[in-house]
Amino acid sequence: MFSYIVRRLAVAIPTILILVIISFALMFAAPGGPFNSERPLPPQVLANISAKYGLDQPYWRQITTYIWNIVAHFDFGPSFKYKDRSVADIIKSGFPVTLTYGFWSFVIAVIVGVALGVVAAIRQNTWIDYFAVGTSVAAQALPNFVMAPMLVLLFTLWLGWLPGGGWNGGQWQYLVMPVIALSTSYMASIARIMRSSMLEVMNAGFIRTARAKGLPMNRIIWKHALKPAMLPVLSYLGPAFVGMITGSVVVDVYFSTGGIGLYFVNSAFNRDYSVMMGITILVGVLTILFNLVVDILYAWIDPKIRY
Amino acid sequence: MRLLEVDNLRVAFRTGDGDVNAVNGVRFGIDKGETLAIVGESGSGKSQTAFAAMGLLAKNGSATGSVTFDGQDLLHLPQKELNRIRSQEIAMIFQDPMTSLNPYMKISEQMIEVLMLHKGMTRHEALDESVKMLDAVRIPDARARITMYPHEFSGGMRQRIMIAMALLCRPRLLIADEPTTALDVTVQAQIMDLLGDIRRDFGTAVILITHDLGVVAGFCDRTLVMYGGQVMEEGPTIDVFEHPSHPYTLGLLKAVPRLDRDDATLATIAGEPPDMSRLPAGCPFSPRCAMVLPQCPTTKAPLEPLGGERRRACHRPVAEVV
Repeated sequence: MFSYIVRRLAVAIPTILILVIISFALMFAAPGGPFNSERPLPPQVLANISAKYGLDQPYWRQITTYIWNIVAHFDFGPSFKYKDRSVADIIKSGFPVTLTYGFWSFVIAVIVGVALGVVAAIRQNTWIDYFAVGTSVAAQALPNFVMAPMLVLLFTLWLGWLPGGGWNGGQWQYLVMPVIALSTSYMASIARIMRSSMLEVMNAGFIRTARAKGLPMNRIIWKHALKPAMLPVLSYLGPAFVGMITGSVVVDVYFSTGGIGLYFVNSAFNRDYSVMMGITILVGVLTILFNLVVDILYAWIDPKIRY
Repeated sequence: MRLLEVDNLRVAFRTGDGDVNAVNGVRFGIDKGETLAIVGESGSGKSQTAFAAMGLLAKNGSATGSVTFDGQDLLHLPQKELNRIRSQEIAMIFQDPMTSLNPYMKISEQMIEVLMLHKGMTRHEALDESVKMLDAVRIPDARARITMYPHEFSGGMRQRIMIAMALLCRPRLLIADEPTTALDVTVQAQIMDLLGDIRRDFGTAVILITHDLGVVAGFCDRTLVMYGGQVMEEGPTIDVFEHPSHPYTLGLLKAVPRLDRDDATLATIAGEPPDMSRLPAGCPFSPRCAMVLPQCPTTKAPLEPLGGERRRACHRPVAEVV
């Protein structure tokens, strides 16, 4: 197992490298640049700035410099847009925010989603099942850019219970709406996957054996059915977790939480190359990492899987 | 009083295409320590009879009639009472040992939970007892191997483990639903030997559900032949095999491949197994029967005594069934 983890991490390095090269090439190929604006700068000024940031260099030169700075100095460069901030500064200020509301969204989505799926499967074709399935479909159909303003309308404007936005160090009042807005559709997906996989497991031969052994239903569900039923959910959870902790533009825009989701999208609009690359690498690394975690959990659940 | 008495048992499944009647008024009993074979081809309702008795029918299935075990009607027992009987009084093993053990749990976990729940043993006692039982079904090196997972055992070994697990609480009745069907022929013989030893050593009554007449011959005191969810004939195994009184039994016996004869082709029963949602009003076997009489498709032949312990359900006189 240990050597497997080492091997997987070793493979991760070329994977990240390929990610960097391709993203860099795409950015390079896209027209425009960070310093194009509606009122063009004088050509001499533009040339000076370009030279300062190394944009006048050929592609291979720029990318080797970029990679070298990361490897040698762990330096992701300065932002092209925010003059006094480096990429590291932006990630340092934004990532803890997205990590916080993303983590809670994940926890809620998993707990509620799994519970809803299990109950729906056990009470298949009863009103509980119809309620759970109906809620999941509705939740998935409702985009979060519709849901976010609805939440603000309800909790802030009508009920006056929660602040309409801001972060304030991540106090719980400021967390509630971002977490609801972000977790709902993930929760619905988890519930639907869990329901169908639970239904399948409950029809398995070994569940019939467990019933024939005279075990009470709750023990059958907890001890015999839950683990195997979690397997399909698990493969969904890796990418879902990364999706949540790297935040969401919608959440950052509607609730002014200041996470990296907003920076990421703005960097694309502004051609803020270094910020875009920095966040891309962050998401890439996290994706690889959590896919590895999922694979390890797989082996823990299913004894037939050995690495 | 008999150990288990099944009377007028009916099992129906609600499906999208209407009701499927899998078992249609089955009646039989089994005494303490006895072995009874229930024989029939797939879809004859033999397994569903057993599932109904154990309360293991699929969700859309329902059973009527009565299944009396030791004076208690199993069909109307509250879930808690039924769980007390399962494993402790009646245990069951299934056709496919590959899927009937939980692949995600160690053998030890699957075994000790039975003893901890039903016998109130501690983990330690339960583990000792489980190892003893694995020894009894001749799992080599049981003490070490009990912590393994099912996939680390062969098919035959897994069926041995199933048997050991079923016997943990020393049940008075063991229902074996096609226990050898999924196994190699040589392993089949070993499992049947093992079941024979267990019947002798533990005094357990056994209901053996099978379509393999060769398995029945050497093992069971009595044989019950089912078709279309009904009993066709019943009697001591030797009598049924040597003098079948029902055309269906006769057909089944002829269809057994024989090594001592040089037949070029294997005898078969013409036609297809019955569509359980569209059974004829009369005898379910009548559409395929070589000796069918005019009244057969419309009038059911009652299951009537035929001297000794035998019963049969057929309009054709016994003397003509050869």
